[in-house]
Amino acid sequence: MTKNNKPLMRVENLCKYFKIKEGQILKAVDDASFDIYKGETVGLVGESGCGKSTTGRCLVKLEQPTSGEVYFEDKEIYKHKYHEEFISQHPEENIPKINPDQAKLDYTKDVQMIFQNPYSSLNPRMTVKDIVGEGIRLHNKKIKNKELEKTIENLLNDVGLSKDHISRFPHEFSGGQRQRIGIARALSVDPKFIVCDEPISALDVSVQAQVINMLKKIQRERDLTYLFIAHDLSVVKYISDKVIVMYLGNIVEKAKSEDLYKNPMHPYTQALLSSIPVANPKIAKSRKRIVLEGELSSPINPKDCCRFSDRCKHVMPICKEVKPPLLAYEEGHEVACHLY
Amino acid sequence: MSDKKLIEIDNLEFSFNTYGGEVQAVRGVSFEVKEGEIVGIVGESGCGKSVTAQCLMKLNPEPPGFFKDGSIKYKGEEIITKSERQMRKIRGLEIGFVFQDPMTSLNPTMKIGKQIEEIFIERKMYSRSQMKEKAMEILKTVGISDSETRYNQYPHELSGGMKQRVMIAIALVAEPSVVIADEPTTSLDVTIEAQILDLLRKLKEDLGKSVILITHDLGVIAKLCDRVLVMYGGKIVERGTVDEIFYETRHPYTSGLLSSIAGLDKKRDDELSPILGTPPDLFSPPIGCPFAARCEHAMEICIEELPKEYKISEGHSTLCWLEHEQAPNVKLKAKSYEESDLL
Repeated sequence: MTKNNKPLMRVENLCKYFKIKEGQILKAVDDASFDIYKGETVGLVGESGCGKSTTGRCLVKLEQPTSGEVYFEDKEIYKHKYHEEFISQHPEENIPKINPDQAKLDYTKDVQMIFQNPYSSLNPRMTVKDIVGEGIRLHNKKIKNKELEKTIENLLNDVGLSKDHISRFPHEFSGGQRQRIGIARALSVDPKFIVCDEPISALDVSVQAQVINMLKKIQRERDLTYLFIAHDLSVVKYISDKVIVMYLGNIVEKAKSEDLYKNPMHPYTQALLSSIPVANPKIAKSRKRIVLEGELSSPINPKDCCRFSDRCKHVMPICKEVKPPLLAYEEGHEVACHLY
Repeated sequence: MSDKKLIEIDNLEFSFNTYGGEVQAVRGVSFEVKEGEIVGIVGESGCGKSVTAQCLMKLNPEPPGFFKDGSIKYKGEEIITKSERQMRKIRGLEIGFVFQDPMTSLNPTMKIGKQIEEIFIERKMYSRSQMKEKAMEILKTVGISDSETRYNQYPHELSGGMKQRVMIAIALVAEPSVVIADEPTTSLDVTIEAQILDLLRKLKEDLGKSVILITHDLGVIAKLCDRVLVMYGGKIVERGTVDEIFYETRHPYTSGLLSSIAGLDKKRDDELSPILGTPPDLFSPPIGCPFAARCEHAMEICIEELPKEYKISEGHSTLCWLEHEQAPNVKLKAKSYEESDLL
């Protein structure tokens, strides 16, 4: 793993709010900041509805963030928006305008996404060739059909499918195979960074292991960087270098993978870790678990306090009033909790 | 746990007629469920575990489905020959069913309370106020606070975990003696999953119910079950107590399943060992062992002939040629159980 001092992806104060009704704002992601370095895998975990998928979608420009900046290779990816504002404010300076469509196209060459549900993320009317070849064609308009087919065959080979599959339709494949097609599609433009949005949660256990092994193999071969979104903490531990835990739009803990599992600090992380079912009867039955009462509270118009405070067993008066900042407790281990 | 057998299934075979031919979903399954125990059925999708469970309530549509062979006895009574009308006395009242997907199994146009009471309405068992009382009581049992409000809400107003609790409430309201839970936690978050699993355990411990738990998550099995049946290709390939299945694994498929989990005890650099290939096509199931094509220990006989069930101890048996006296002594890849970095 090569680590430079400069992060490949830098996210600063990312916020994504959805307006629901007059006066109701759903804060899906609220003030999230993190760095992702080249060649590493960052896991993003949390319960459903905590904003992890929205964060991922903001990074691949599928959502327009409400505020905050996302830098990829030191370039702000939503810059054209600011840029245009800047141009309109300084009409005399004659700055060339960036074409937003072109900017998006260039960006998607480097950043790709693998989607959660292999059953709904592939167009049922397109053959594998069209699905995987679509991106290649977009970025290389002059590519010849033969060359394209050759590239697709190589890609299919890389993800463990055979070249006979090239003219088939998605419904002819099993779930694991479809996810492989989705991965081949993401790889087709030779990206540097891939957001994997729960790529294995819809698959069977034995197939999950196949896909994880493949993702790791591809990462080694192509020097890829992953943001791995999942709710399955054991898989995240297995694949990630760093883990970010989210709760209701806030990042509550950020640490190196080993640190997080050895020494979870935020009460939510502790509860999350202890509720994983362990496939070992002796441990599973003897282990003391922290069962969280209640459920995720609503992200609509949240109070400006610790959002976990209504389910936390260590709750103090201050938790209900002041929102804890994300502070570094030790090297590379940050927690947002008043306990520390 | 008493020794009274509630459900006895003997050599059950169930198939579906389709345009492509006959799909043999369940191919000779036998097991029993005693009073007050939790039996887990584990296997990949398409192995026949859900079809088996639905056979118990005759919920599979017939046609295209049909019983080919075997018998299902509930408290000594044969289920297969019962008419639809007779089955209505069993569904919900004797055997409760918790369906897999709480998001789609509830009726979106009916209030929660009405859906729970529905089982009594047709049978005219109680007055309206008695029914409401029953429904409120069961909502409290499954851990839904504020039952008065919930009673009058529609499914879309509840979260996933809540809906699953309502599903369990519907299954329990008529006090059945067996509850079949078909992947009750698959679509839920781990924290909610832990709550639901606790609830299922209480069913057994406090109310003395038998539970048949269908899942593909071995973690859930380890936590909850007394006995486990491992299904593959429409057959039970290994059965035993939880400890026997996890610590004295005898079937290569079970051991493959166990070693393909990315458990918390896996180190980052360990390669996961998946089971290569895909499950067999049940249109034309293999004549030999269904797992032979994916098994690393497969021998010639495995492809040619179906192994018989070898007994290892009382209650623990496996469907594998490796147990034959002439078979080579093979060491299955065992999962290492270290309690090292667990909480």
